[in-house]
Amino acid sequence: MDTKIKIAGIELKNPVMTASGTFGSGMEYAEFVDLNKLGAVVTKGVANLPWEGNPTPRVAEVYGGMLNAIGLQNPGVDVFIERDIPFLQQYDTRIIVNVCGKTVEDYLETVEKLGDTAADMLEINVSCPNVKEGAIAFGQKADCLYDITSAIKKKAKQPIIMKLSPNVTDITEMAKAAEAAGADALSMINTITGMKIDIDKRKFVLANKTGGLSGPAIKPVAVRMVYQASKAVKIPIIGMGGIACAEDAIEFLMAGASAVAVGAMNFVNPYITMEIVEGIEAYMKQYRIEDIGDIIGCVD
Amino acid sequence: MEKKKVKAKVISQREIADGIYDMWIETDLAADVKAGQFICVYPCDKSTLLPRPISVCEADRETDRVRMVYRIAGKGTKEFSRYRAGDGIEILGNLGNGFPLDAAEGKRVFLMGGGIGIPPMLQLAKDLKMEGKAMEVAVIAGYRNGQLFLKEDMEKYAAVYTATEDGSAGAKGNVMDAVGAYGLQGDVIMACGPMPMLRAIKRYAEENGIKAYISLEERMACGVGACLGCVCRTKEIDAHSHVKNARICTDGPVFLAEDVDI
Repeated sequence: MDTKIKIAGIELKNPVMTASGTFGSGMEYAEFVDLNKLGAVVTKGVANLPWEGNPTPRVAEVYGGMLNAIGLQNPGVDVFIERDIPFLQQYDTRIIVNVCGKTVEDYLETVEKLGDTAADMLEINVSCPNVKEGAIAFGQKADCLYDITSAIKKKAKQPIIMKLSPNVTDITEMAKAAEAAGADALSMINTITGMKIDIDKRKFVLANKTGGLSGPAIKPVAVRMVYQASKAVKIPIIGMGGIACAEDAIEFLMAGASAVAVGAMNFVNPYITMEIVEGIEAYMKQYRIEDIGDIIGCVD
Repeated sequence: MEKKKVKAKVISQREIADGIYDMWIETDLAADVKAGQFICVYPCDKSTLLPRPISVCEADRETDRVRMVYRIAGKGTKEFSRYRAGDGIEILGNLGNGFPLDAAEGKRVFLMGGGIGIPPMLQLAKDLKMEGKAMEVAVIAGYRNGQLFLKEDMEKYAAVYTATEDGSAGAKGNVMDAVGAYGLQGDVIMACGPMPMLRAIKRYAEENGIKAYISLEERMACGVGACLGCVCRTKEIDAHSHVKNARICTDGPVFLAEDVDI
């Protein structure tokens, strides 16, 4: 049975990754999960300088999911290169570093610094709904997305994955813009902007008022967008949004994703990434699937 | 011991004050749980996904039992309150740092609990008595009214002074009012309770030049330090975040009051 997949020429032992921001740099979950079993670890977003993030409360539970407005708190790329990358290098898994920024120059500085590290790929976050400047602004207009993607492609030594926002009118336009600018792959979807009000206190639950919705509640939206984007572009897609079990992951693969990432459900079950790897193998065995490639995009 | 998620068994449950429940569960996490640590409890109802952090009230390390005393605060805790003896319960533990027992050595210790911050004071009083290194331990518990839950349990290990908001028992007011009313003297404070109480304790400790260890609370998602949801502002830049944000779930929940901005 072959569970290997390839993204931008880089081979992953299986299609299961962690979704950025839900897994730190793997240190916290290494107590629960054998990171060697994962296709890749996608790290929490890192910027050129340390970011403090948003005030608390930063998280709220909603029906079948959660809202977060962490605000991309991160220690800055220098600490990250010194501490987090060497940690991940101890494991036999691919390292995908999520990069965030407020200006194009921020992104470029971080991408350049990561160029000579062991990071296998870079995932560019142009879709975080929780920071005031930058981030999502680059991911909601096709021409802006095109420009930042091409600028990063010129500097980047590793393959570039653009992480797309679902908070757009037409996801295929964004996918095509990223592809045209040279993106090697797409990650989708980031969280959907949401809000929760505490009716006893008559206040917003999150200090940031709005937050990104994740968890099983968003899965059907994510599957639909992955399907649409996979029909619009040729570059591989990493599908994510509410994956809670192997069956959900397989749904994304069938919709056209070459790999999947598990996010909010890590908080519900710290062992889930490994369980999904095993569940996909069990599914392949059950249906006598020799090569996982056979089910990628198999629905039409 | 490493953190793990396990299915435990409910041994007993009863309501000990209005909306406050007392649940004993059987789990080997009891073996090395520390006073001030907490356990994440997962609701079965999958519309409520995230675990609920609940402090450890008491542990019986010989019989592998842990006691949690919690208030119904929403859908998750409402579900837990319906569990009966024999039911399964999904938990992740042991989480957080716990109170530093060493800081009590040779000192007159105040254990201050307010409302649903009272439960962790029981195991803390028990451990301090067992260690026998503190000069004197006084529990100061602030209640809403005369429903003085856990008071008798705590009296087995320390002198207990109470305050009630409605004045129906002990000193009228909060834990600081009890300190004044009973003329209590302490050299170190360990506390858990609502934010206004913790702020008052931080001020009191600063004015009196004593150390206060306070247990903080914030909305949490992962409980293991990955999501950065439950941070608190700190005086200094810490080694993990490299900004002034410590994680309550892993760097805390117990902090030296002078180290945090609350």
